[in-house]
Amino acid sequence: MSKDVLEIRNVNRVYNDGEKDVKALSDINLTVKEGEFVSIIGSSGCGKTTLLKLIAGLDMPQSGELLLNESKITGPDYKRGYVFQQNCLFEWLTVEKNIAAGLKARHVYTQNKDKVSKYIDLVGLHGFEKSYPHQISGGMAQRVAIARALINEPEILLLDEPMGALDSFTRADIQDKLLDIKKQENLTMILVTHDVDEAIYLSDRIVIMTPRPGRISEVIDVDIPYPRQRGGAEFINLRRNLLDKFHLASAEPQPEYFI
Amino acid sequence: MENKKTVKTGIRYAVYILFTVTGFVLAILENIFVPQIAADFENKKYALGSFVLSINRAYRIFLFLLIIFYIAVGIFSYLKENRQANYIKKAKFRFACGVALGIWDLFGTKLMYFPQPFFPGPAKILEAFLMESGYILENTLYSLRLFALGFSLGVIFGVGTGILIGWFDKVYYWLAPVLNISGVIPAVAWMPFALTIFPTPFSGAVFLIVICAWFPIASLTAQGIQSTPKSQFDAARTLGGNTVYLLFHVAVPHAMPQIFMGISSANAFAFTTLVMAEMLGQPGGLGYYINTSKVWSAYYKVFAAIIVMAVLFSLIMKGIGAIRGYVLRWQRGLVK
Repeated sequence: MSKDVLEIRNVNRVYNDGEKDVKALSDINLTVKEGEFVSIIGSSGCGKTTLLKLIAGLDMPQSGELLLNESKITGPDYKRGYVFQQNCLFEWLTVEKNIAAGLKARHVYTQNKDKVSKYIDLVGLHGFEKSYPHQISGGMAQRVAIARALINEPEILLLDEPMGALDSFTRADIQDKLLDIKKQENLTMILVTHDVDEAIYLSDRIVIMTPRPGRISEVIDVDIPYPRQRGGAEFINLRRNLLDKFHLASAEPQPEYFI
Repeated sequence: MENKKTVKTGIRYAVYILFTVTGFVLAILENIFVPQIAADFENKKYALGSFVLSINRAYRIFLFLLIIFYIAVGIFSYLKENRQANYIKKAKFRFACGVALGIWDLFGTKLMYFPQPFFPGPAKILEAFLMESGYILENTLYSLRLFALGFSLGVIFGVGTGILIGWFDKVYYWLAPVLNISGVIPAVAWMPFALTIFPTPFSGAVFLIVICAWFPIASLTAQGIQSTPKSQFDAARTLGGNTVYLLFHVAVPHAMPQIFMGISSANAFAFTTLVMAEMLGQPGGLGYYINTSKVWSAYYKVFAAIIVMAVLFSLIMKGIGAIRGYVLRWQRGLVK
């Protein structure tokens, strides 16, 4: 039995939008095991990105606590790598230097120089080392972002809809890359997405969240062996099942429809 | 076939070289064949090494050297295709320059048609360089020294305070109003203070250039720092970057295009301030040279100084442009 890497205990996060308090997250409890791939899905506004930001330490909860390997998360740290939704590369640095940024930020670049080319190869960007972010495609940019987070050898990788803005071919390509990385490095990953197929294709577990207030409504284990066939019977069944739940989960009475 | 084609383009290119220099050839012919109205003009002689020349002959030698120069540039440009295209593109303009020199010489020096001595001809202006090239060089170096010191200090202070204003809210609170109020005052308005407070006129002028460069650079640097997206900071923090990293490896590089915008506009202000300061109380410099020449009605010298300024300032602009191009090389292809 692999150990628990991440523990989220009774986490609440309330925002004040100026007039009233908005409960973004309500009583979130979740445990993630080492090497596990967990997807968080839900409609927009359900607090899934907020939850990921809390895990990253970019935001703080009002109550409850988050623990990574039994130590409390108090702020951002390279041990929790983060890949952003939008392309957040440093546009004044080349691909190579973007990937090396984490090493330089931590002042460990000189002793780890050779790691840069290893991670360039890992995400298949050989030959683009000297390109600037605006010269490469969106898919390549996201691969740079993944390599940039991985070079710090994080204990967990947080992925905030990194494939949201990509076309479906590029998306499939990066999904396979993530599975490769999972297999090679036994890295724990949490993916925020609103793409059900993507969640099934990648995850060991899928967490469904519902909005107002943002909370976890259900956690589903995915037992389909890798590599998964998108057209396979189990895949399709689970997808139907999930879409049903998802519809139920977000089918709250919505007053705007009553005239 | 192939060979014939290159010969053909070679001939076509040679025609462009000829066309480029034809303007200057016309200017020389004009100078030789149109008689001089003012009698004393031709009699002035200048020793250039062992040669003794009249001004008109010196002017013709100058034009001849220009012709040689453009032919040399033409032959050199033949080796590379993009240079060739550039040379062909500029041929019309260079031809027109030659013709313009001819017309100017005709009405300025030869026929004395323009009111004299306010609008001397090109030959007359060349005289200033022949007469006192040493003195012009001395004043040019004075201007250059003043500019280099004042402007580099202005850039350092501007970028420094800009970073502080952009990064620290408290500094913004206290300094931004000072910057906004004092920044709109033309630097030369401080001239009386600069000349009394500072021990030497030189240091006073340095102060004026520093404050005129400071305002645009500081305000644009601050804007650049403040406009850094939060997500970029978040990314840097999750990579293990501390505050120093966030400031110097995220905010400052992000602000670099704005910083250079500030530097470019400060550059133009600094030229104005430099010349004004020199005209109003410096013991040297091109502005000083203009002022003293004006007193003696030596307007040809004023024009000579203006030409030096044009060359000097455009070289400085080119230099700054080159630095900018290097620092912002990541933008190549991104911005037109």
